[in-house]
Amino acid sequence: MIKIIQWLAICLVLCLSVGTAFSQGLAPPSNVTAVDTPNDDGSSITITWDAAVEGGGISGYQILRRIADGELEAVGDLLPVGTTTYVDSGIEQGTAYAYIVRALSETEATVDSEQTAPVEGKDEWFHTGKIPLFITMLLFSAAIVWNIYSARSGKELFVRRIPGLEAVDEAIGRATEMGRSILYSTGLGGVSGVATIASMTILGQVARRTADYETVLRVPCRDPIVLNVVREMVKTAYLEEGRPDAYNEDDIFFITESQFAYAAGVEGMMLREKPAAIFLQGTFYAESLILAETGNSVGAIQIAGTDSEHQLPFFIAACDYTLIGEELYAASAYLSREPMLLGSLRGQDWGKILIFTAIVLGVVLELSGVSWITMLLQRVS
Amino acid sequence: MDWNLIGIWVAAFLTLSIYSVLYRDNPFYRFAEHLFVGVSVGYGIVLSIYQGFIPFAWNPFFAAVTGESAIGFIKLIPICIGLLFFARLSPRHTWLIRYPIAILIGFGAGVAIPNVLRANIFEQTRGTIAPFAEIAAGTLSGWGIFEAVLMVVGVICTLTYFFFSVEHRGPVKWLSKVGIAFLMIGFGSAFGNTVMGRVALLIQRVDFLLNDWLNIIS
Repeated sequence: MIKIIQWLAICLVLCLSVGTAFSQGLAPPSNVTAVDTPNDDGSSITITWDAAVEGGGISGYQILRRIADGELEAVGDLLPVGTTTYVDSGIEQGTAYAYIVRALSETEATVDSEQTAPVEGKDEWFHTGKIPLFITMLLFSAAIVWNIYSARSGKELFVRRIPGLEAVDEAIGRATEMGRSILYSTGLGGVSGVATIASMTILGQVARRTADYETVLRVPCRDPIVLNVVREMVKTAYLEEGRPDAYNEDDIFFITESQFAYAAGVEGMMLREKPAAIFLQGTFYAESLILAETGNSVGAIQIAGTDSEHQLPFFIAACDYTLIGEELYAASAYLSREPMLLGSLRGQDWGKILIFTAIVLGVVLELSGVSWITMLLQRVS
Repeated sequence: MDWNLIGIWVAAFLTLSIYSVLYRDNPFYRFAEHLFVGVSVGYGIVLSIYQGFIPFAWNPFFAAVTGESAIGFIKLIPICIGLLFFARLSPRHTWLIRYPIAILIGFGAGVAIPNVLRANIFEQTRGTIAPFAEIAAGTLSGWGIFEAVLMVVGVICTLTYFFFSVEHRGPVKWLSKVGIAFLMIGFGSAFGNTVMGRVALLIQRVDFLLNDWLNIIS
């Protein structure tokens, strides 16, 4: 008897709410679709529906979902009236979900859409939205490869003067004359960082010269993997210069991964060993000024280089020479004059010409009311 | 025993020891430096074990061995590649270390390059051009127009400075000179901004010494 009364009460409430909804002219959300979100790892489903008619009395939406014959459950918060899309990112992969979009009025009347067909989240192998980016990358790569082959075929490639790099020989020569060591820091970046890779390539060139001059080259490392790569590179440089006996593995060592502990360690080294030349090349953060200022105080000739734009001002202020941003990447080509690196550098310049042209052309076109370059860039990115 | 008070005294001693380097290298600085390096290495090793080795290598592999989840055996591939780093300990097998290094650098470049292209090139180029659509539509104020033009001039001149395969003569030289002026103005403002941040850190430290340690200011 009690159950019958409960059922009657529920039916009454439902009838009243539906009745209120219809009496207020509340239309259910139409054209509700649920599809697997494209280009993701299968962790979301996108639900779309048509926008509510203006003045239709709808004040918001609530998304409901159910698994097979399970109970309806509310997903996320109440959505504002203008919403027509919702991404349910709280799904389990391999489970099918059916969705209902519930429209709510200000008087808390509700009306539900029809239930969508069950849909599962599936992961995609390829992100088709990134195809334009991929094509652009191929074009950039093609420009670089073309220039590398061009350089290898014996064509003379010009590289402009970079003052900071011309001082490398001066710094090594000074250390040799003074009988003091050279300190080379590859910064705080990991082995896959572009600046660290550039730094290690410069280190290879510096090591060739220190091998010739028999100058002590000390490299404190922050990353254990960088340590291994640096040891390999320096060892190879000494071998190629025919001085494997001059290579001392203990001069390339790990300090710590902690940023300021590393800075304290390198600072202590500078103060005690008083190196004649200091190279700070790679990624640096807040410790940059600590290192550069200490190097300056011990009277070392300092050549810094980084692509961390917030640290460049400190290097410019405290070091003798500074490689700004891309000069760091160009340094390896400049020092080694290897056709492959020179070709790569020229290929990058082609890329810059393309950007230069895009900006000038884009500005002219935008002023003429044509915005296809902006749209193309938006699509690519 | 008030451990908090002891902690404050130790922290104050170490702070002063580190600052003593401003005078010259001395035993106090050396002690603090070595302690700092040693503690950070120890802490880093423990962190690597608990946040790296156990959740990403040991647990999945153990689950695979006990039959909980066979997919854990796939982890053997990266584990074996990682173990190649230890090849450096054997002079005859040192060359094997090149494989994990090549994988790491290749993976890093593969992940970084598309993101750099997107965020540092395409987005920046679009951002430089976009205000001109507003100029054409007549919705940008006079100051906004000045900013948009200044930005384009700055970007073009700075970009010219970074052309390496072109000799900087004639118009290229002048454009790159303007570019370097833009760079220096940018660096100057970044310098001032960061120095203010560092002064705030110094104030924090002095506050600790005067307030928490000496308790001479309220």
